[in-house]
Order: sequence, then C-alpha cells, then structure tokens
Amino acid sequence: MQRIIKNNQIVDETWHLLPKDVTLEQLSNCDDYIVPLQLWREHAHALKARDGGLGVWLDSDEEAEEIGDQVGNFQVIALNFPAFTDGRNYSNARLLRDRYQFKGELRAIGDILRDQLFYLARCGFDAFAIRADKDPEEALQSLQDFSVTYQAATDEPLPLFRRR
Amino acid sequence: MYVYDEYDQRIIEDRVKQFRDQTRRYLAGELSEEEFRPLRLQNGLYIQRFAPMLRVAVPYGQLTSRQTRMLAKIARDYDKGYAHISTRQNVQYNWPALEDIPEILAELATVQMHAIQTSGNCLRNVTTDQFAGVAADEVIDPRPWCEIVRQWTTFHPEFAYLPRKFKIAINGASSDRAAIEVHDIGLEPVHNAAGELGFRVLVGGGLGRTPVVGAFINEFLPWQDLLSYLDAILRVYNRYGRRDNKYKARIKILVKALTPDVFAEKVEAEMAHLRGGSTTLTEAEVHRVAKHFVDPEYLALSNLDSELDALNNEHPGFARWRTRNTLAHKKPGYVAVTLSLKPTGVAPGDLTDKQLDAVADLAERYSFGQLRTSHEQNIILADVEQRQLHALWLELREGGFATPNIGLLTDIICCPGGDFCSLANAKSIPIAESIQRRFDNLDYLFDIGELDLNISGCMNACGHHHVGHIGILGVDKKGEEFYQVSLGGSASRDASLGKILGPSFAQDAMPDVIEKLINVYVEKRTEDERFIDTYQRIGIDPFKERVYAANH
Repeated sequence: MQRIIKNNQIVDETWHLLPKDVTLEQLSNCDDYIVPLQLWREHAHALKARDGGLGVWLDSDEEAEEIGDQVGNFQVIALNFPAFTDGRNYSNARLLRDRYQFKGELRAIGDILRDQLFYLARCGFDAFAIRADKDPEEALQSLQDFSVTYQAATDEPLPLFRRR
Repeated sequence: MYVYDEYDQRIIEDRVKQFRDQTRRYLAGELSEEEFRPLRLQNGLYIQRFAPMLRVAVPYGQLTSRQTRMLAKIARDYDKGYAHISTRQNVQYNWPALEDIPEILAELATVQMHAIQTSGNCLRNVTTDQFAGVAADEVIDPRPWCEIVRQWTTFHPEFAYLPRKFKIAINGASSDRAAIEVHDIGLEPVHNAAGELGFRVLVGGGLGRTPVVGAFINEFLPWQDLLSYLDAILRVYNRYGRRDNKYKARIKILVKALTPDVFAEKVEAEMAHLRGGSTTLTEAEVHRVAKHFVDPEYLALSNLDSELDALNNEHPGFARWRTRNTLAHKKPGYVAVTLSLKPTGVAPGDLTDKQLDAVADLAERYSFGQLRTSHEQNIILADVEQRQLHALWLELREGGFATPNIGLLTDIICCPGGDFCSLANAKSIPIAESIQRRFDNLDYLFDIGELDLNISGCMNACGHHHVGHIGILGVDKKGEEFYQVSLGGSASRDASLGKILGPSFAQDAMPDVIEKLINVYVEKRTEDERFIDTYQRIGIDPFKERVYAANH
C-alpha cells in the first residue's frame, strides 16, 4: 500500500486514484475515490449521490477554474505533475486555495520528489504522494528546507515585508 | 548597497545547507542525473565541456570591495585563478569541482552572496543600468526596485518551474542602458499627471533563437502594484506558456501567439483578484530598501573642466581614455569610470584573482569601496573624484584596465563560446581576439567611433549578437565552425534586431569581413554619423555588395 505524507505525517493511503479512462460502472458505492476530471464533468450528479468519499484530480493542462464553484463537493483534490519540472499545478493549487477557498485535502500526485515539497506546501498542498521509488520518511525533512520566506503564499498570507 | 538583515542572511544559509545535501545525495547516487539537473541549474551550476561552470549572482551588478575580494579568493582556491563577468552582470567560474560547490556557496554566504536562480527555467537575476544612482540623466534610482524585485523572485514558490528562463530588467534613466526592450519583462519609471510614480511595463522581449523586441502592455502601473502585477504576468505565463517545445517556451512566443493586447487582458483579469492584496507594496518597505541606496558621503566639490583639459593636453593617452572610459556624474566634481576588461588578447570579461583584488583595492581608495559590473562585461567605479582621475588612470594602466575602448569596436560583448560552453556551435573568444588585433591602432579605432560588436557562439545568444550594430553568430556547418554576420541591431531605446548580411564565413575570413564593413561605413558616413546611423540611412546593400564582391 502506498504511503502518503499528509499534514506532516506519513499515513497509509485509503483513497483509490482512478485513471482517466475509468467509467462510472467501475465504481462501488462505498469506497473513497479520486476521480478524473472528465468523469466528474459527465457524472457529477451520480458521483455526489454515492456514499463513499469523493475526490477529483486534475492534470497539469486542466484548469482550476473549471471546478472553482464546485470545490465544496470534494474531500480531496489531487493535482498531477506528469514531470516535476511541469510547474502549472503550482498555480492551480493557489487558485483552488486562495481564490476558490478549497478547505479539503490538496494532494500532489505524479512525479513528486522531496526537493519540490517546500514550494508545493507553500502553494497550499497538504498531502504528497511521493513517487513510489523514493522514501517518504526522508522526503518529510524537505518540508523544513527554509526557515524564512519572502513572498506571501497560501501558507503565509503576508509577505516578509509586512512581517519584518 | 543593500545590506542583508538576519532574514536575508538566513535564507542564503538555508540554501547552502539545502544544496549541500542535494549534492551529497547526487554524489551518493540517491538523486539521478535527471533529478539533480534542474536543482543544480537553479543554483547556477552547469556541467560544461571540461568542468562544471558556476555562475554567481551579482544582483543588478552591485558589488562591494569585500565581496570582490571573496570572488578573488574563490578564483584562487577553487578555480584556475580567474573569473568571468557575464553578459547578465554575473560572475562565472569555469573550473570548480562539483564536490567543492557547497563549500564555495558557504564562503559566498559570508559576504552576502549566492548563486540562487542564476540559471534554469526560473526567475533570473534582475539587471539594471550600471550607472544607476549616479547617471546625470536618471529619473529614479532603479536599485531599490531591483532589490524589491530580487526578494520577490527569490524562491518564489509558484514560479520555480516555469516553461523557460525568465529575465527582468529595470531602467531608471532617460536613456536605456539596461536593454529592457529585449527582456521577458522590462520596467521603467514614469510619472503620471498628478506626479505619482509608476512603471511602464514591457513583456515578451528576448534574444535567443527567436529574437523579439517586447511590447509595452501597461503605460502606468502604480508602484504599489508592482509585485502583484509581476505575480499576475508570471501566473499567466506559468499556466499558458508552451511546455511542449523548449524553443517555443519563452514568454515572447506566448505574447506573440495571444497578441500583446490579449495577453494584457489576461494579466488584468488576474489583477482584478490580486489588486489590493497583501503583496501591495508599502511606503515603509520602499523606504526600508531605499535607505540602503542613499548617496555616499560626497564632498562639496566643483567640476574641474579646465584642469582636466590641461591634463588632456599634457597626456594624449589620458585624453583618449577620458573620452571613452568616463561618464558624467550627477554630482559636481565626480565622474564615473569604466574599467575595460577588453584589452586585446584577453577573453572579453575575464579577469584574474590578482586583478579582482586590485579592483577591490582601487574601489576602496577611489570610490567608497563599491563597484559595479556591466552587461557589456566591464567594471565600473561609479563615484570617483575628478581631482583623483589622473592618479586613478595611472593605476589603471598598471593594472591593465585602461584600454580606452569603451563603446568602441574592440569593446566586444562575447560569450565564452566553444572554448568552454557545451551548448556552443563555435568558438567566440578567438574571433573577438582576431578582430581586436585587426583594429589595434587606436587612432583608427577612435576614428571609427561608437560601435557595438557582439559575438555569440550559438543561437542561444548569450553574446547578444542580435542587438549588436555588428552581430556575429557562430554556426555549425557539417561539423565546421562558420560565422554569420548581421547588421543594424541595437539594444538601446527603440531597440532593433540585426539583419543577416548573407552566407556565413570561415573563421579566418572574419577580420577581413569586419574591415570591409568598416570601410563602407568610413567611405559613406557624413560628419558625426555613427556606424549604426550610416547603416540606417544607406541600408544593408552597400555592405553586402562590398563583402560578397568577387576578389579582384
């Protein structure tokens, strides 16, 4: 079972992350699912009616605006990084948190490595599915990489110049 | 000069620790080459032809003598005794060992220096006019704004993995010595009818493979909104810039594809959310930063025009040097002096550890212990007393810094090229040298007058060849090095891109080619016309005809 960094701790994964080509018939009523955006587009009503937990995931070329006024439906929103160098979802994360006030779990999935965790956390991610070949215990340390930050971001509403 | 407080210091010390651990993990095999690459690049570390190249940040070109001595020490202890001033005002070392980089960074941190974001697909070092704060034609001192932007760029969490590199330049004067129109973002101060300060904002300029002069998308951005507006531009770029093709990934391609007007609308749509937020700049912050850039303790002096003219008559060499290597200062009795790093036979922008120490010493004795680097790859002592100018000149001659060629043909902007850089198609330093040798006669050089000659060893254009009055680009033709020549580029206000002259030339033909171009200019010019003026009047054809005419 994959282990996830969540709120600075390592926990066992309980959610099922569904691939892009999943169909509604493949879902059970009670499991917790993170569904691809396309399934949500087509079956929002049916997905909301289920008893299990509901999350959605966006790829790096999908836009936060599309689910902006619907974020209250999700316990988890996962944002995929096809490569750790693809930075688009840093912006999606900030929009979901800062503009659309998403309060649930915001999870980074895909090519997630420890050296990006500090930035990801600043942009509002509170859960990280570290790439399977890497040790999440070690990765946890990188959340402490910096003790000072200049900019306002999701984790710190004031820029340093309003704090110094 | 901005002085770090405990926050600024902690950030760079945290970085040293982080990079030390990243290097350790890479060397231990825990980080793959592919995983380490963006990390080391964002710390200025390239893997080059012979060794790693480390690019140390010199934020907007400002250095103290203490920092300069540290740069000398690093050249001595970790390199082969020299350093290179880059075309973005930074300092590069060509021979450090990868294992030593964490130690070099730790040493730099003791003098408030670092290598943060000097490379990679991120927000790069902010650049400005090398005469900021002293130029007679200054509207505002751009340096506090550079520092404010520097802090905003440093480890910005949302924009660490952009589609491509991102360069910001800020101009503060009526002439544009910062080449802002060929930057991803260019900023310059403007006052509105009510006398309030704002910025004109340009986006989408750049050199490289697809050179573009940027477009102004905002004619008056209130200064309070500066950082929010940068956030808005970067957010649009981060989300919509192309990531499928690295040659089409710069913001200039996005701005072109959308048109500047549509791009501006997208930025404005972001601003509707960001305006008035906590990132809005405060008077207090601008004041806090600006107080680091107040005038040094200038003496009440008067200009010494007649005394200096008398010295001119006595020493023709001094007169020549004074014409080219000094610039009028805003304070009476002072002058800004450029130290030429372009003597013939030395790679443009290179200096030894001993020269760095000597420059630090001169800065202390003649210019309040401060100096600047320029994107033309020279060094500036900005606050020299006119009454000490002759003594300084004598010392500069001893140190090899007094070549009177600033702004002339032999003051060549040149990338390290194929001798060092693994991206290069061709060498650039030997081309520069062969041209310098051809134009070694000072009378001839002075007669030719102002001329920007820029050389890049490949189309990444680190040598800014597109904006040289004469630009030279190294190209690879079936494994052999050839050189393409362009004419008519300019990096100053109303910037323009050079036009390609025609088929490229072999290396040993280059001095002849340049000489033919110069001959056309000398024959066709009217009085007071610079090379670029003559070119703009008569067009490219007369140059083309001469250079490609069959030999008789």
